[in-house]
Amino acid sequence: MKKFLIACFLFVVTVDVYATPEEDRLALREFFTQRFPDMDLNEMINGLYAFDEGAREQWLEMEDFPPYEIAIEEGEEAFNEPFANSKSYADCFENGGIGIKQNYPRFDKDSGEIITLELAINQCRTDNGEEPLPWLTGELAAISAYMAFTSRGNKMSVVIPDDPRALSAYESGKEYYYTRRGQLEFACENCHMQSAGFQLRADRLSGMLGQATHWPVYRSKWGEIGTLHKRFRECNSQVRAKPYDPQSRVYRELEYFLSFMSNDMEMNGPASRR
Amino acid sequence: MINKKAFLMAKLGLTVAILASPIFAAEDVESMSRLEQGKAITFNRSKGNCLACHYVEGGELTGNYGPPLIAMKMRYPDRDDLRAQIWDATTKNPDTRMPPFGRNRILTEEEIDLVTDYIQSL
Ligand code: HEC
Ligand code: HEC
Repeated sequence: MKKFLIACFLFVVTVDVYATPEEDRLALREFFTQRFPDMDLNEMINGLYAFDEGAREQWLEMEDFPPYEIAIEEGEEAFNEPFANSKSYADCFENGGIGIKQNYPRFDKDSGEIITLELAINQCRTDNGEEPLPWLTGELAAISAYMAFTSRGNKMSVVIPDDPRALSAYESGKEYYYTRRGQLEFACENCHMQSAGFQLRADRLSGMLGQATHWPVYRSKWGEIGTLHKRFRECNSQVRAKPYDPQSRVYRELEYFLSFMSNDMEMNGPASRR
Repeated sequence: MINKKAFLMAKLGLTVAILASPIFAAEDVESMSRLEQGKAITFNRSKGNCLACHYVEGGELTGNYGPPLIAMKMRYPDRDDLRAQIWDATTKNPDTRMPPFGRNRILTEEEIDLVTDYIQSL
């Protein structure tokens, strides 16, 4: 009897405290449905432009001659250039690296680590005796942009396999998103859930849903194409918190969580933002 | 050696910041009324930066992340109440999205007094 009661207790606690990732994702969609009942949620892959008609028009005009086009071309060239050992990126990825961005980040069961696309690109290089590339902008971002481009139209499909290490990586990323930090004491959630669609000075704030579908991004303010971890660092700095290193475990786990939240949404990278 | 260099850089940075920041020039402060000083801190992006989130009369590119700061004298007749909101908004609302300017020393006590007086005058 005692055993039975304990079992009941554990069951209740588990259900109450830990929602499954899939339950989290559906709850997030429900949150935005209630906040913006008239909006098509699928529009949120376009970030702030889902909320701001004026900015959206300017953006659509810019998309006629997209500022990330050069990066896609440079990325394609770099992608096809063989390494010194005559192998190439295509040898490192499933389907020769074409149309696979929606599967990243993925959990690697050998190392127990979360592997982002950028990490996999640099691992491919070092496995083949090449130097790794800098993480935030430049050639790595361009290769990522090309790979994103070949994945356009696919649906984000990040998998959290039945492995406690994968679930724990997801939970850490989630906790990070909801934890306040920095001198201004803001969590990602404060800006991208509670305040999505509102304006911080002239910046309209995007919502959490769809935030991961369109990377890397050419940002007018940067004047170049940059990776998601560059954006994480900027959002940390904005609240006067110390940014983490790109591809640090914290950021990879954050990306894992954030990407899972965008599951089933259309891949539309690379993108441009003001 | 490295330390000395870092120190010099920091000092240089500080000098530049002071020169670039109008509210710190000594002559200006003396000739400014308390309300004008409060307004300068409220509007300054690296100080209060209140306009990032609040509409304040006369401000450009004001955000709407927080409520407009209007009719303050009427809505906050008690100065302590208003000061407390600016010093640490979490005391009133634990889920607040306003930074705790006093508790986290984003502004000094004196600066918060100046801002409070200015905001109450709106
Ligand atoms: C003080 C407000 C604030 C906080 C806190 C904040 N951000 Fe942001 N974030 C912004 C602003 C402003 C932008 C630029 C406008 C936009 O695209 O939403 C932005 C943009 C982004 C984007 C790009 C969206 C796109 O469509 O390209 C991502 C991703 C993002 N933030 C993630 C995060 C994460 C993760 C955290 C927590 C570590 C965080 N943000 C915390 C203000 C904030
Ligand atoms: C990053 C956003 C942000 C900044 C910066 C900010 N606030 Fe706020 N403020 C808010 C929000 C959001 C509220 C709404 C109440 C809440 O969330 O607790 C608020 C509420 C207030 C209120 C209460 C308003 C009312 O109608 O009762 C006052 C007064 C106020 N803020 C003053 C200031 C002053 C003065 C500054 C600058 C020194 C400032 N705020 C900076 C976000 C901000």
